[in-house]
Amino acid sequence: MSNIPSELKYVASHEWIRVEGDGTVTIGVTDHAQDLLGDVVFVELPEVGAEVATGDDAGVVESVKAASDVYAPLSGEVVAVNEELEDSPELVNSDPYGDGWFFKLKLSDNSELDGLLSGEDYNDLCEAEA
Amino acid sequence: MGSKTALYEKHQEMGAKLVDFGGWDMPIHYGSQVDEHHKVRQASGMFDVSHMTVVDVTGTDAKEYLRYLLANDVAKLKEKGKAMYSGMLNEDAGVIDDLIVYLMTEPGVAGEWFRVVVNCATREKDLRWMSDQTASFDDVALTEQPELAMIAIQGPEAITAVKQAVSESRAALIDQLSVFQGLESEGWFIARTGYTGEDGLEIMLPEDESADFWQALADAGVAPCGLGARDTLRLEAGMNLYGSDMDETISPLAANMGWTVAWEPQERLFIGRDALQSIRDTGPDQKLVGLVMESRGVLRADQRVVVSGVGEGEITSGTFSPTLGCAIAMARVPAATKDKAEVDIRGKLVPVRVIRPSFVRNGKKVFD
Repeated sequence: MSNIPSELKYVASHEWIRVEGDGTVTIGVTDHAQDLLGDVVFVELPEVGAEVATGDDAGVVESVKAASDVYAPLSGEVVAVNEELEDSPELVNSDPYGDGWFFKLKLSDNSELDGLLSGEDYNDLCEAEA
Repeated sequence: MGSKTALYEKHQEMGAKLVDFGGWDMPIHYGSQVDEHHKVRQASGMFDVSHMTVVDVTGTDAKEYLRYLLANDVAKLKEKGKAMYSGMLNEDAGVIDDLIVYLMTEPGVAGEWFRVVVNCATREKDLRWMSDQTASFDDVALTEQPELAMIAIQGPEAITAVKQAVSESRAALIDQLSVFQGLESEGWFIARTGYTGEDGLEIMLPEDESADFWQALADAGVAPCGLGARDTLRLEAGMNLYGSDMDETISPLAANMGWTVAWEPQERLFIGRDALQSIRDTGPDQKLVGLVMESRGVLRADQRVVVSGVGEGEITSGTFSPTLGCAIAMARVPAATKDKAEVDIRGKLVPVRVIRPSFVRNGKKVFD
């Protein structure tokens, strides 16, 4: 079974969200998602300063197998992106919840956090898909 | 639940991720497809290819039958064990399948026979077609060999590693093999062939001996590799994949397989020859080329290829090349295409180079 840290929040499109407590969140793709993708060879990230709304395309992750869109799980402004992924996209596979993070958002509406899934909910969803 | 090869339990034991492949449960990777790819380019890797279909062709008309069935000419096989790559065409010169045929005896002797290896996904239609074509011959028998396992061991260190894992007499036989030759030793058929662009062997052996041999290879340092790495390796080597790069609607001349058509002797009648001759006379409309993308991203099958002032084509196989660190593809494009094109990647036209479809051989980049 894939690793689903309980301190993180999730969305059904297989992104994780870490609430940083300063009005920002860090976003990446889950262990389950990287396992489905296989070796990641290229990640396209949003631009710092871009405004995204929940559900918008916010990047693409390409593996040897397939290209998969990355969606903004929340609305806000992109305040940082993980530039390491440009040269080391394999971090998405080796450390999806750590060095393989994608981007950080400054939230425009904190109430959107209420709609996110807990680790337990996300685990149920992955099992239902399997 | 699909069919299982005799190595299924070994795959599970070694951590394979198994997927359905043409009705078989086969390893796609054992952790990382890219790592497995590098192992084959730099050292050695092994693939379970027992799902492939082996058919022995015997009888006094075996040779004449194959000279009629195949676009390449088995009469060119002049040495025991020599192998040949060929298309098997329909009357319209479309490719029914691509295959390898081995001459299993000395050429021209009484009892001369051949072994043919065809794809697994095309097994049923191939066997039906091959069987139908025997009708015009008095003495041809086709015998499938489903009880044979088949293991491909590939890479610069593959042959050395295999020799450590086999008996002395088999190791001695391996030393004698020339490239593209296969011979029997103590019930195993050992061939110096492959689908990766590296030196190596393909070994057919009884199923019940295959798990022990697989383990002996692992003990000799050979990395188990899945069909994922097999696909990126063959694409880098510029080798076609049936069903992607050609099919029954595509002639060998539009699939970079012109070199596999034996036009001489002119009096040899093979299936599809007339149709192929007329395509050759007018010149094929399309050709199969290689694409290299220097910018970031990955080329994928079915993406649209735009050739300015000439027309459009389509990617037939595309991937990220682990050896080159950029995206590569095979594409079918208008015959007048020169050295530049663009590929439609999610609505954006990205420039690519057009080259002959061969990217990596023996661990090295082969284009300028």
